[in-house]
Parts: sequence; structure tokens; C-alpha cells
Amino acid sequence: MKFMLLIHGNEQAMMEATKTDAAGMSPEYAAFNQALIKAGAMLAGERLRPTTTAASVRVRNGATEVLDGPYAETREQFGGFYIIEAADFDAAMDWAQQCPAAHFGTIEVRPVVQG
Amino acid sequence: MANSAIASAAHETAELVARSSYGRLLAFLAARTRDVAGAEDALAEAFASALQSWPVDGVPDNPDAWLLTVARRRQTDAIRRRQTRTAGEAHIELMMDELNQAAANADAIADRRLALMFACAHPAIEPGMRAPLILQTILGLTASAIAAAFLIPPATMGQRLVRAKARIKEAGVPFAVPERADLADRLDAVLEAIYAAYAKGWTEIGDSTADRLADEAIWLGRLVVSLLPEEPEAKGMLALMLYTEARRQARRDAEGSYVPLQEQDIARWDLGQIDSAEVLLHAANRGGPTGRYQIEAAIQSAHCARRLGNTSNWPSIVALYDALLHLTQSPVVALNRAAVLAETAGADAALACLDGLAGDRRMADYQPYWAAKGHLAARAGRRADAHAALTLAMGLATDDAVRRYLAQQIRQLQDG
Repeated sequence: MKFMLLIHGNEQAMMEATKTDAAGMSPEYAAFNQALIKAGAMLAGERLRPTTTAASVRVRNGATEVLDGPYAETREQFGGFYIIEAADFDAAMDWAQQCPAAHFGTIEVRPVVQG
Repeated sequence: MANSAIASAAHETAELVARSSYGRLLAFLAARTRDVAGAEDALAEAFASALQSWPVDGVPDNPDAWLLTVARRRQTDAIRRRQTRTAGEAHIELMMDELNQAAANADAIADRRLALMFACAHPAIEPGMRAPLILQTILGLTASAIAAAFLIPPATMGQRLVRAKARIKEAGVPFAVPERADLADRLDAVLEAIYAAYAKGWTEIGDSTADRLADEAIWLGRLVVSLLPEEPEAKGMLALMLYTEARRQARRDAEGSYVPLQEQDIARWDLGQIDSAEVLLHAANRGGPTGRYQIEAAIQSAHCARRLGNTSNWPSIVALYDALLHLTQSPVVALNRAAVLAETAGADAALACLDGLAGDRRMADYQPYWAAKGHLAARAGRRADAHAALTLAMGLATDDAVRRYLAQQIRQLQDG
């Protein structure tokens, strides 16, 4: 089954705290990625630039509105994601617990709709 | 006494009764009907009315009997409502007789917790749900507390518990301690469930739900030993839990960093707990055949020999692992045996043993496998292998202290 792990966290704290290697990745994330790949669970994963670089677009009654940043005012921002292959929801929860961001942010685990 | 003082005393008594009697009362209520969910509802209502009436009328002389009377009344009402047109009267009468006896004399509240545990760990119940079911029925833990420890969403855990209870009722799972011939096999399932709960609590450090779960599992272990004093494996399992629990605090240093077993400060071991474990293990070994838990406890006992100024007796630990591997054929045991083999036969021989496990798919995301492989490769001077394996171990770790420890090992590999 396919699952998406959505990483939510305080992006300000994340940017200040993250020590990065040459590839722009902390050793913890590099290790987590290796573990996902080795287990054959990694399908995709990306880290997003902060919400200050984002824009939100919507069309209402034929008019286009463009807003700065993300739509919602929240303490935690959506900062990155993984798409993983896991046997079941329990296995996906195990991976979520191993994601480095689980220790300071929140990992939302969502099954992907498959036809 | 002021009203608020009486109220809070009553509240305290209710909670005390809940802790010590919950499982006893639930087992008694559910034994005849096999309706665990119904018994839970009845008992919950009884506790609710206790909280209402005890602060006003005072705590009854025999709180257990009081709760049982109220719960039984709710239960019989519920059965009456369901069975008005069926021949349920004889059954209700039987229950009422039993209730009246129990209410008149608290000693008549037979302890059926063991039977309830055997029902929860029955082959008809999905293995993964046996431990959660025992935790809920015997200890009264909430679904959400159990869910957190087992890393399952609370709603899902709630549904699974409901299904498991329905299964007990529908599949006619017996509320009984099995006959002698089946006892060993069936007891294994009970012990396995309790140990699974303990293992959930072992990996965590700090005041988390999972951490407290270890205490609850030890409490259940003591309960089984007290109810089945003749069973050596029950004692073996309790001993095993106490040996490992004794070292819980020593697994972290003052800065909260991970400390491997061989480097632990003996002064931080709980010697009282180790002594209790030794007594249990000796009693178990006297009492009968040597099973999985007794061997594992003996391995822990050998590891704890360091407290007496002895060095760990590695050849005998390897021999114990050989016996355990023969008994269980478990890849986890093979892994632990390999790690210990490094002490007697060297890191290369140990790595050769691990190669035998490399094809096992379960090892691909099994953190201890990669941690052991990394440490052994480092000892054998195979730096690239060690780096790759320790990196995977770090990626699979859920504990921050373990992760930091592994990061430090990787740095040492690069520097050294």
C-alpha cells in the first residue's frame, strides 16, 4: 500500500536548528532516507522551501485571487513529505515514528487512494 | 470532615479499588456471560455511581461487593431487556444466586482473572490483539493509552478491541484455565502477550505511556506467578522482566546519552530487583523443564554477574543462546547470538553468522540488526561496511539518545 507522510513543524525553529551537510540534509534525514531506500519503502520525498517563498491561488466567481504564503494561519507549517510503500497502516506508522521530524514536529500518515 | 474532604476521600477509595479490583470484578462479571464489553459497561456504571454516592453516604465497608452488586444489577437488567422473549430466566437466576452470595461475602468473589487472561490470549483472538485486550480487561487501561503504546491510532485500537471482545462472545471462547495437557501451550500465549506489553515499554525512557506499560506488564507477570505458582515459565518470564527492568536507569548517562550494556555503571543497577529475579529464576529452574523465558532470564543473569565483580562469562552466554536458538529458531535470537559470539570467536566469525541472516526480509528494516552489523564491522576494521550499516541503524532508530549515540559512532569511524 502507498502512504504519504506529511511533515508539519515550526519552520522557523527547523531552519535555525538544522545542521546540514553538503547536500543540504541533516545526518538524521540522510540516515532515514537510506533506511527507507534499503527497505524498499522509498517512493518519493521532498523538503519544501519555507512558506515565506510560497503563494496561494484560488479562483472564486471567475476572479483569480493570489495571496502570500500558505492559506491557513497555523503554528506548524507543511514542510515536506514522503511517499512510501508499506505493508499496512501499522507499518507506515512505524516509519512515521522513525522520521526525524517526529521528535519536534508532527507526522501525518495518510493512505494514498489507489485504483 | 468537610464535605470536600469526604468527597475526595471517596474519590481516592474509588480509584484505589479501580486499580486493585478492576480486573477481578470484570473477570467475575464476564465469566458466566462471556460478554466482556457488557461487563465493562456494567462495571463502568458501577464506578460512576460509586463516585456519586460514596461522597454522600460514605465509603461502604466492602467496596468490591458494593460495586459488584451495582454492576450485576445493570448487567441482569441488560440481559433481561435482550432476553424477554427467550428462555433466559434460568440463566438470570443462576447469576443472581451467585451475585447474592458474592455481595454477602467478599471472599465469594472468586478470582477469575486467570481464566479471563486465557480467554484474551485464546487462539481465536488475533495474536497482535492479545496484549491490548489483557491490558484493557485486567488493568482497565483506556483504548487511547494502549493505542499510544502500540503506535496505532486510538479509533483503530478502539475498533480492534471491540472486535476482539465480540469474537470472545461469538466464537464461544471459554473462560477457563486449560486442562493440564493444553496448559503449557496456552500459557505460552498468555506470557507472550504480557511480554509483548513489557517489550513495548522497554524501548521507551521517560514518563511516557509506553514506559509505564513496563510496570503494568511486571504487575501482570506477578499476578500470573501468584495464580499459577507451579509454572516455571511464568517465573522465568517475571525474572526476565525484572533483570532488564533493573538496568532501565543505567541505559542513559547523566546527559541522557545512550549507554551500551557492557559500559553501564553498575551503581545504577537496581540490585534489589536483580536479587528478586535470581530467586525467581532459581525457583523456576528447580520446578521443571527449561523453556524460552528461563533461558533468556539465565542470559540476563549472566550479564548481571558483573555486579559481583565477575566478568561476563561469554562462553556460557553463547551456550545459552545456542539452546535458545535451537528452541525458537528465531532470527532475532540468531542476531543476539552473533553479537555475543564476537566476544569468544571474534568479530569476523560473528559477521559470518550475520551473513546467514542477510537474506531474511524482516532484517531489512530491523534496527538492532543494522546496529549489531555496524558495530561488528567497525571492530573487524571494515570501515565502509560499518559506515553503511550504522547509517541505516541511525535511520531506523526511534529513540533520540540511540540516534545520537550512533551518530557519534559514525563520527569516530570517520576520524579514527
